[in-house]
Amino acid sequence: MKRKSTLKRVLCYIEEYRLYLLASILLAVLTVALTLYAPILTGDAIDYMIGKGAVDFAALLKLLTKLGVIIAATSVFQWLMNLCNNHITYKVVMDVRTEAFDHMQDLPLSYIDSHPQGDIVSRLIADIDQFSDGLLMGFTQLFTGVMTILGTLLFMLSVNVGITLVVVCITPLSLLVASFIARRTHSMFKLQSETRGELTGLIDEMVGNQKVVKAFGHEEEAIAQFDEINRQLQKHSLRAIFYSSITNPATRFVNSMVYAGVGVAGAFAAIRGVLSVGQLSCFLSYANQYTKPFNEISGVVTELQNALACAERVFDFIDQEPMSAEPVNGPHIEKVQGSVDLENVQFSYTKDRELIKNLNLHVKPGQRIAIVGPTGCGKSTLINLLMRFYDVDAGCISVDGTPIQKLTRENLRQQYGMVLQETWLKSATVRENISYGKPDATEEEIIEAAKASHAHSFIRRLPKGYDTVLSEDGGSLSQGQKQLLCIARVMLCLPPMLILDEATSSIDTRTELKIQNAFAKMMEGRTSFIVAHRLSTIREADVILVMRDGQIIEQGTHESLLAAKGFYAELYNSQWAV
Amino acid sequence: MMKRLLYYMKEYKKESILGPLFKLLEASFELLVPLVVASIIDTGIANRDSSYVLRMGGLLILLGIIGLTCSITAQYFAAKAAVGSSTAMRKALFEHLNSFSYKELDTIGTSTLITRITSDINQVQTGINLVLRLFLRSPFIVFGAMIMAFTIDAKCAAFFAGVIPVLFIVVFAIMGITIPWYRKVQSQLDRVLLHVRENLSGVRVVRAFNRQQDEMDCFHQDSTTLMNTQLFVGRISGLLNPLTYAIINAAVILLIWTGGRQVDAGILSQGQVVALVNYMSQILVELIKLANLIVNVTKSLACLSRINKIMDREPGMTEGTVADQKQKKNVPCVEFKNVSITYEKGADAALSHVNFQAYPGETIGVIGGTGSGKSTLVSLIPRFYDVSEGEVLVDGRNVQDYTYEGLRSKVGVVPQKAVLFSGTIRENLQWGKKDATDEELYAALETAQGREIVEKKEKGLDTEVLQGGRNLSGGQRQRLTIARALVRDPEILILDDSASALDFATDAKLRKALREHKKEATVFLVSQRAATIRQADQIIVLDDGAVAGIGKHDELYQNCEVYREICNSQSSAEEEKAHEA
Repeated sequence: MKRKSTLKRVLCYIEEYRLYLLASILLAVLTVALTLYAPILTGDAIDYMIGKGAVDFAALLKLLTKLGVIIAATSVFQWLMNLCNNHITYKVVMDVRTEAFDHMQDLPLSYIDSHPQGDIVSRLIADIDQFSDGLLMGFTQLFTGVMTILGTLLFMLSVNVGITLVVVCITPLSLLVASFIARRTHSMFKLQSETRGELTGLIDEMVGNQKVVKAFGHEEEAIAQFDEINRQLQKHSLRAIFYSSITNPATRFVNSMVYAGVGVAGAFAAIRGVLSVGQLSCFLSYANQYTKPFNEISGVVTELQNALACAERVFDFIDQEPMSAEPVNGPHIEKVQGSVDLENVQFSYTKDRELIKNLNLHVKPGQRIAIVGPTGCGKSTLINLLMRFYDVDAGCISVDGTPIQKLTRENLRQQYGMVLQETWLKSATVRENISYGKPDATEEEIIEAAKASHAHSFIRRLPKGYDTVLSEDGGSLSQGQKQLLCIARVMLCLPPMLILDEATSSIDTRTELKIQNAFAKMMEGRTSFIVAHRLSTIREADVILVMRDGQIIEQGTHESLLAAKGFYAELYNSQWAV
Repeated sequence: MMKRLLYYMKEYKKESILGPLFKLLEASFELLVPLVVASIIDTGIANRDSSYVLRMGGLLILLGIIGLTCSITAQYFAAKAAVGSSTAMRKALFEHLNSFSYKELDTIGTSTLITRITSDINQVQTGINLVLRLFLRSPFIVFGAMIMAFTIDAKCAAFFAGVIPVLFIVVFAIMGITIPWYRKVQSQLDRVLLHVRENLSGVRVVRAFNRQQDEMDCFHQDSTTLMNTQLFVGRISGLLNPLTYAIINAAVILLIWTGGRQVDAGILSQGQVVALVNYMSQILVELIKLANLIVNVTKSLACLSRINKIMDREPGMTEGTVADQKQKKNVPCVEFKNVSITYEKGADAALSHVNFQAYPGETIGVIGGTGSGKSTLVSLIPRFYDVSEGEVLVDGRNVQDYTYEGLRSKVGVVPQKAVLFSGTIRENLQWGKKDATDEELYAALETAQGREIVEKKEKGLDTEVLQGGRNLSGGQRQRLTIARALVRDPEILILDDSASALDFATDAKLRKALREHKKEATVFLVSQRAATIRQADQIIVLDDGAVAGIGKHDELYQNCEVYREICNSQSSAEEEKAHEA
């Protein structure tokens, strides 16, 4: 059922290119018809040469000229058909791919956070690729295959019914054999790929963490374990490969049966005089052509099924609920003053585990808010909510008195500059990375931002300075250097509010100290939210929020919280204890 | 390159020879078929001899059965040789990379190694299998058909001699043009892949900066480039079938024309012309197969050469011979004598001229900024790398004198990245000591502040750990890796910034427990937090690979500027005053 609707959807995509499809079908019909017509002409030609001195050269010449034209036409049609098929396939695949990618930008973070990245990537790349292969193969082979079979039958029937029956009776054998083998080998292939997966898992672990393996002298155990699975794999692979490789000889054998059958039946017919030698030769070449598509089709059908399964996974992704719609004609804030209010906010990632409940917070413009607490207490969640990466379950967050749901996400996020612990950089030049938030920044602005974040000196030492192309995820830069670039990125656009989530965790404390000044300057007059482990970074905040299990359990300045001797004091003292 | 492959195939010599041989046999029988058909036409039909026709029909079936038997045998031998030799190769490769030192692992990169041992070897296996099955068969049929044609009629056969090179040229020309383009398609596909991956991992940044539209535009551009390249390659590779079809059939036309003349002259019979035409179509079929085969074999060869590059890489270190060296009193447990190390030629030294001595029971703190060489220093103790200059001594002996096992069994390492392996918690902890009892495991967990993790789990020590420890939090993983190192009851315990995911309170408890329970062990504490190491017996302060100072907290705070800066950057002035007072 689902498969069917997937197919329908694929057809919808193809519909866009119906002219090409129409052309492809037309060309396929022409190609097949002409391909089938050629052996008849060849057969006729042979009939013109009966024996010594009995060859009709005039007729032969005429016939061969005709054959020549037909062959030239077939080749051209076939090429054009290939072009049409390519066009349809690659266009459709590109449509699907871009739609999936565009959809990704509209997906809520809850989807992206809760699905393994590898899974989404494999849907968008591997699955679509597989789908494209299957589609192309389907177009080129399924179609012409079916046509060839039908056409051959028609032609054969028109020449001689008896021999056609011989062919029709024997060929199902080929299908039977092929499907029998396919069914038997399916389980073997499954076993093979399972064992292969197991082996890859082991390799992934042992090679990926080879340093730990070495540290504990675990090499021999690892090799023994590997050997064991490797042997299993050998056994399963041999079976799978051998049994599946029987398919070809077996179907070839059936083909030769058909061939022999046609040869004998045809010879009898020729003896009786109902068939000419040329027709027999034509039949023989049909017998060859006729069985080939059967073998191909069984392959194509599995490939197509596979392609549909892949398409289904892609469609499944495209069908994921996008984010809630943006408000239309809502208010637009050019530049906020910077007051942020949270009223009775409730939020949880999963329904069964409540995380944040009844959170209230009022931040005045320009205040510096530090958020402290043990891992998993909800610090990052709070940021997710402020940036509207997630929507609150109940309650309200407002900026300058406007509930953030009424603003477009773009408008809201323009107001924030964010530096996260996870340093993400684009694989592009350093310059493009720094100006990511302000693509039209001038050279001076970029360098100034880099200087302010103490990134300028190391950037200059890179092989091509600001034009150095970073490979994926910052490539060879150290974690600290990446963080400096992320800071420069925010320094360049300087929005009215800031969010710093462990922004300096990977920078050594001496450099951090230097950046602090820049940060301090940046935070002047800007509402800022700072998450940090290092209490030294937090001390200077106007308000410190101490969070635990999704609640703000303490709130105040450094001094007042220490005096209160509560959880904050405990945390703080433990840093210097022992 | 081939030599190594042949080495692994040696064990399957019989199969590797018999496989293709049977394939040839099958092909030879296949080549006989057109001759039999010709005789049916020329003898059977011409003489109206039904029993002859039947006999020949029987012969065709017999040829089919023999062909089937031969080819199944061939497939079996080929599969056995291919699977067997690639299994051996996989094993050898895995063993080889287990002999690599950290240096090779760093330069080659683990993801590369994983691809080599998985998909590359699989591709080689496919390649061997195909070569054994088809590489002899296809050319044999092509040339066999030509030779058979010559036995029928030399004049007609001349077309075969002419057509075969033309076909080869066309096939190779098209492949020669398209293969580099396919590589381009692959690299463009990689770009698209990168783009998707980046947008997923950076989703927050992309959205925070409102760059979704630009990312989409950029993706559309890449995607369109990919499509255009695909279309272009498709245009060329789509020529292959029509062109070969046209060439073969042009040859058939000429063949029939000449055949007609020969028949007219009484040199050829009708049946023989049919046989010639049949041979021509056999060539076409095989040639296409051959083209596919060549594509596959080229791929396999590329994989093979990549595997070879890894196999040719010799491990950079050799083992010593001392397996057992007792700890001696008054001899430093660990001593560095003027140690320098440079990872790559021409690069700056990661450590230069380091000297220190650590006695049994001492705690050594190592502190410094990012990239100052802290991790490098401690990784020299279990000889993960070799020094470029100077000596590292453990229990008075150069680490290079020890066997790896002998040296590393003395050392418990807790790496920066908390890695666990799939298996139960017990199995993971027993990495430290294979026969550790549950009591020993619990004792180690206790010290590592990890007892509650296990006790909270329903299955206790038998709790399954998923690959990479996905079902545990960062802090839990870190405590388990600490316990794993403790289970070994090592002489030297190295904690390489291993408490970063722990909150301050747990970190403090851990250090306290370590001091109480592991009195005899020499403990190396690497950290960026001054608080973590301030109580150490010796603190080594590193700055850009050089020692900036060694001593106790108070001395260093007085005399070492780098250390003072680090401390000050992490604590308020008032607190320092309080501490001094």
